[in-house]
Amino acid sequence: MPQEGWFRRKSLFGHSPAGSQASPVPEGVATKCARCSQILFTKDFEKNLKVCPHCGFHHKVSAEERIQYTVEPNSFVPLFDDLRSLDPLNFPEYQAKLKKGIAATGLQDGFRVGTAVIERVPVVLGVTEFTLFMGGSMGAVAGEKIVRAMDVAIERRLPVVFFTVSGGARMQEGLLSLMQMAKTSAAAARLAHEKLPFIVVMTDPTIGGVLASYASLGDILIAEPEAKMGLAGSRVAAQASNQKAPEGYQSAEWQLEHGHIDQVVARKDLPSTIATLLSLLNCRQLEGVTNE
Amino acid sequence: MNKLNILDFERSIAELDANLAKLHEIVLDRSNPQNSPDLPAQIAGLEKHRTAVLESIFAHLTPWDKVLLARHEKRPYTLDYVSAIFEDFQELHGDRAYADDGAIVSGLARLNGQPVAIIGQQKGRDLKSRQLRNFGYARPEGYRKAVRVMKLAARFGVPVITFIDTPGAAADVSADERGISEAIARSMYEMSQLEVPVISVIIGEGGSGGALGIGVANRVLMLEHSIYSVIAPEGCAAILWRDPERKAEAAAALGLTAPRALELSIIDQIIPEPLGGAHRDWAAAADLVSSALKLQLAELGHLSGTALVEDRWQRFRNIGVFEEIVPSEELVGEAYG
Repeated sequence: MPQEGWFRRKSLFGHSPAGSQASPVPEGVATKCARCSQILFTKDFEKNLKVCPHCGFHHKVSAEERIQYTVEPNSFVPLFDDLRSLDPLNFPEYQAKLKKGIAATGLQDGFRVGTAVIERVPVVLGVTEFTLFMGGSMGAVAGEKIVRAMDVAIERRLPVVFFTVSGGARMQEGLLSLMQMAKTSAAAARLAHEKLPFIVVMTDPTIGGVLASYASLGDILIAEPEAKMGLAGSRVAAQASNQKAPEGYQSAEWQLEHGHIDQVVARKDLPSTIATLLSLLNCRQLEGVTNE
Repeated sequence: MNKLNILDFERSIAELDANLAKLHEIVLDRSNPQNSPDLPAQIAGLEKHRTAVLESIFAHLTPWDKVLLARHEKRPYTLDYVSAIFEDFQELHGDRAYADDGAIVSGLARLNGQPVAIIGQQKGRDLKSRQLRNFGYARPEGYRKAVRVMKLAARFGVPVITFIDTPGAAADVSADERGISEAIARSMYEMSQLEVPVISVIIGEGGSGGALGIGVANRVLMLEHSIYSVIAPEGCAAILWRDPERKAEAAAALGLTAPRALELSIIDQIIPEPLGGAHRDWAAAADLVSSALKLQLAELGHLSGTALVEDRWQRFRNIGVFEEIVPSEELVGEAYG
């Protein structure tokens, strides 16, 4: 059995270029780092929050794992999970893609919101499923959930913490998805008006219409190490500029150097960083309930 | 109009135009042996025929034809409308931080005597002006200039009018270096909060976030043959079918025409164009835009500052088509069968 597992892993990753979608499948005894190719025990790898202990590479995680890694156990209460996309343009292959995403995740949409507690600080949380649900693209459902989540935050006086990972606006919904950029940006303005903190944690990749709307409008912008952020993918951008992309172009570190984000924070330090920042902005902390 | 500017579906019109021009010349030249007393009647007949041909061509334009018209290099651009519609235009330059973006122009002017602020995306027509305008690809400093001028206008109770015409925002390395994504996002954020009437007109290409970046308005109007799209048809075809040449199919799928945008409540009004497109008659196109703007401004003029912010919020907040299933309903995997 273990040997079988080894074989499967190897052949699987043999075709995957480093740093691509080579998100290790949870089952199987061993996992290969998508960057340094070290063979890791899956158990250790998962305990290390899917960060390679050898090279520090932050592998992609599912929406479910993100919640698990971030909030106090069982504190996540999902909201508006019953919103489902329609296909108003009757767009080629859209229904099949939706169906695939729904079947793979058991969710109606890759974007999830809810209330949660991050190291004793109650928040409204947003996470996105990238790998299994249409590259985390933002359609009308994601836009609607963002607005409703912010409404809940305003109603209950809670800060908002969104983790982003997305290829951008969902092309299959045409202008309806483009307009979600305006809708979510205006919602962010309303949240700011209510004096509620908004923290965005960008993870790899955060691209296009998501970066060019609510993701860039957080009061505090954090990114995971090496996460890529750009209006277009880096290859397209380099093409558009007739130049070779500079070293580290669009990476979290590059964005930090250019003044576009506040911090680059390792995955394991995210909950404490978020909780500390929120408490420094006078957010309410629960007393006596700690899971440490 | 030189030959390079004639679209395929306009070719028969171009031929008729050439014939008409010849006949007009002959009719003025008395020494020409071809000149005959029934020539004026011939010309009138041919002109009638020309109108009929134009009408039939323009009644059957495909979405891809519209893309070509929207990108037509003889189409009036922002500054052409500004000089035709407004008085006292005072251009305001620069974002006060880095540069003056040529792809977005801004300033103050009068419409029918009333002060307004104008923000518009500008393309160029020859090599030099195209470079100055960055081929219409708006840069971060353009959006930051736009925000500066919009906030100035709002402070003095001056309505804002934006003209949208861009293939998309600049997405090159230098644009990322200066935060193009944040600049677009911030512009939408600030536009949503302006306590003055905001009207946007899509006059040519409404290219994705670059267009929407100055398009968060109380009323969004679209010229009949302009386009508005989440992605360029070429890019969409490349992603969908790995074949940019299937752009016409992609254009049809994206629903980027004015009638489609109106159906989906993305826009509020279609401004008709002169027969054969705005590029055939700039003055008539400008007149049509001008009357639409005056009408919309008069309507919005009745609303207070906070009512205008609320009106804009509700307008965008309600865009989106989806369904809300009952949580207990287990339709996973079957709903689309």
